[in-house]
Amino acid sequence: MRVYFDYNATTPLATEVRDAIVRAMDDVYGNASSVHHFGQQAKAAIDDARSAVAALINADASEIVFTSGGTESDNFAIRGAAEAIEPTGRRHLIASAIEHEAVLNTLKALSRRGWQTTLLAVEQSGIVSPDRLREAMTKETALVSVMHANNEIGTVQPIAELAEIAHANGALMHTDAVQSLGKIAVDVRALGVDLLSLSAHKFNGPKGTGALWIKRGTRMMPTMTGGKHERNRRAGTENVPAIVGLGIAARLAVNKLTSESDRLARLRDRLEDGILQGVGGTAINGVRSPRVPNTTNISFDRVEAESLLIALDLEGIAVSTGSACSSGTLEPSHVLRAMGLPAHRTQNSLRFSLGSLSTDEEVDRVIEVLPRLVEKLRGLTRKTVSA
Amino acid sequence: MAIKLPIYMDYHATTPVDPRVLETMLPYFSTEFGNAASRNHPFGWAAEEAVDKARKQIADLIGANAKEIVFTSGATESDNLAIKGAAEMYREKGNHIITCVTEHKAVIDTCKRLEKEGYRVTYLPVHKDGRISLDELKAAISDKTILITIMMANNEIGVLQPIGEIGAIAKEKGILFHTDAVQAVGKVPFNVNDLKVDMASISAHKMYGPKGVGALYVRRRNPRVLLAPIIDGGGHERGMRSGTLNVPGIVGFGKAAELCRQDMATESERLRGLRDYLNEKLHKNLDELYINGSMEHRLPHNLNISFAYVEGESLLMGINDVAVSSGSACTSASLEPSYVLKALGAGDDLAHSSIRFGLGRWTTKEEVDYVADKLTNVVSRLRDMSPLYELAKEGVDLSTMQWQTEGH
Repeated sequence: MRVYFDYNATTPLATEVRDAIVRAMDDVYGNASSVHHFGQQAKAAIDDARSAVAALINADASEIVFTSGGTESDNFAIRGAAEAIEPTGRRHLIASAIEHEAVLNTLKALSRRGWQTTLLAVEQSGIVSPDRLREAMTKETALVSVMHANNEIGTVQPIAELAEIAHANGALMHTDAVQSLGKIAVDVRALGVDLLSLSAHKFNGPKGTGALWIKRGTRMMPTMTGGKHERNRRAGTENVPAIVGLGIAARLAVNKLTSESDRLARLRDRLEDGILQGVGGTAINGVRSPRVPNTTNISFDRVEAESLLIALDLEGIAVSTGSACSSGTLEPSHVLRAMGLPAHRTQNSLRFSLGSLSTDEEVDRVIEVLPRLVEKLRGLTRKTVSA
Repeated sequence: MAIKLPIYMDYHATTPVDPRVLETMLPYFSTEFGNAASRNHPFGWAAEEAVDKARKQIADLIGANAKEIVFTSGATESDNLAIKGAAEMYREKGNHIITCVTEHKAVIDTCKRLEKEGYRVTYLPVHKDGRISLDELKAAISDKTILITIMMANNEIGVLQPIGEIGAIAKEKGILFHTDAVQAVGKVPFNVNDLKVDMASISAHKMYGPKGVGALYVRRRNPRVLLAPIIDGGGHERGMRSGTLNVPGIVGFGKAAELCRQDMATESERLRGLRDYLNEKLHKNLDELYINGSMEHRLPHNLNISFAYVEGESLLMGINDVAVSSGSACTSASLEPSYVLKALGAGDDLAHSSIRFGLGRWTTKEEVDYVADKLTNVVSRLRDMSPLYELAKEGVDLSTMQWQTEGH
């Protein structure tokens, strides 16, 4: 049995999505900008997907801009808003310290160009405190970016409250909803944000496509220049089959959000309880709630996370230490560090993330295998120490 | 054999995915779904291996090293990355960029954006044949010039620029040279070392690969080109382009590159034959045709002709079972006459009545016959209704005519 518990890194395509993509690749091959039959057919397919994505997040279709994925959406949101706001004299950006690298490194790039940036530390709960944001806001703050759900620990941030604080100070609010979409309800109006990033391949859609929701009236400078695509907001020939796939994934997510999130929460809780009971010296990183239903991040005392990963892999179980982007670097997780966890816990934690194909049998298998592996590794550590 | 309508003859706008390409992508839509950046498990390894194979296939097509291929979401992004990335990275060296007026919008608009940020851009004119002058290029170079970006083949008129010569000039002056090679790669020989190119933009969907994926070739040696990323994040693609890799797209791109490499010689000759046949047939049947751009320095599968004395829109409507374009697909929804044709010196009328024929892998002789016959009929019919054509045939010089307009 091969167990894949790394759904936060990427997800397999839903069968319906795969079929729609393959069909589109065969039949809908026009360039959506072309005026002829083939082009109009492509354009209609894109419009249909745009409506589906809009419905998923309670937006208007005209507010959806397709991109190449979550990273581009984050870059576009922050750079595009920053450049549009710059002439007003506001040159300060705020983000939480537990953001994805796409946000953190975009802030770094802008700080090299003279922007002031502030990273908000988080509580041990893994939640960004509104008070900290209030303290960090200045008259110069142009944009606040806080992710909806964290990719490593799954905690859900109080976005509506944070957005209110940003707006009270005349700043825009962006949220990276890449990890929450398809797992919990995402409603742009209820969240009260101005910009929201999403990625198809995190909810059973294809890699290579995503979207940025831009609230109507928000001024943005395009970051990808060269044509009038996407209402002059994002140049480049549209990736029609992938966009079609994203549309289908959005429809599926709407239809089974409640049932699927209940199912995943039950599986995840069973996995979590099984590990905490079966393996001594374990603890959950971050609060259990509010959290997306598919993710748990657990620290294992006196075990190197990398060694445990390898041991699990030999048993056919795929999990990760944190984001895929930083996998293999042996750097301690910036998320766990920002939560103020002691050094050993930032180095001995694993992320288990479940999804559409996860089963009770897989959970049983992990619960069964883990105690033995951890015991073995701890034994090795003791020997090394005493030698 | 019955012809399937409508006929697709717009291969410069995009190309269908080759079934063999789709075939290689399928496993990556199902069992092999891993994130290529996942270093800790076999799902990730399989994805990374597939990406590496594709990288090699693409590098082989253009004579590059696999490490010099940076995957992007398409050629527009590649152009943006090359130009903005180099401009930012080499700002201390200078602020001057040289390009040309017939470049794709992805280059022109990006250069315009940089002008707002304090860069100086020279837009070289083109001659009537669509090519730039090397002397004008040399004259435009200053000690502040950091980048020359000139496309290999134009997307509307298929005209090939003297890339090798431009590369040699750039190298001699120590200036980086980028070429938007989207329309040329996979269709005609393109070797980054022979042509002395430092950066080249490529797109999968113009060579029978999938949409949503492209690459930027970035030279690693002599000189080692550095770029400031335009998309920051997890540090994928040697830090030049972050974002989870589009594994199925990249796999398809690689296969498309391999197929183009195998078939290029025979396929380009086949298409040249069909294109020339189309051209001859049209010229045999119709007069007052103007070929836009050089026939000598041209992609073998491109033809761009202005049909004088007919109105562009009526012409397109008349041939609505043939998918062609009257300009770049990216701007074809606008009513502005093509800026490329205007740059060649064409008047608005001739620009509007132009048609771009893009032939490709599934174009047959039967289709070419159908298109030529259809155009002959439609153009003849429209001209029969045109008083201007009648006057011209009577020998009246229309350019000297005084047009009477109502004076409001």
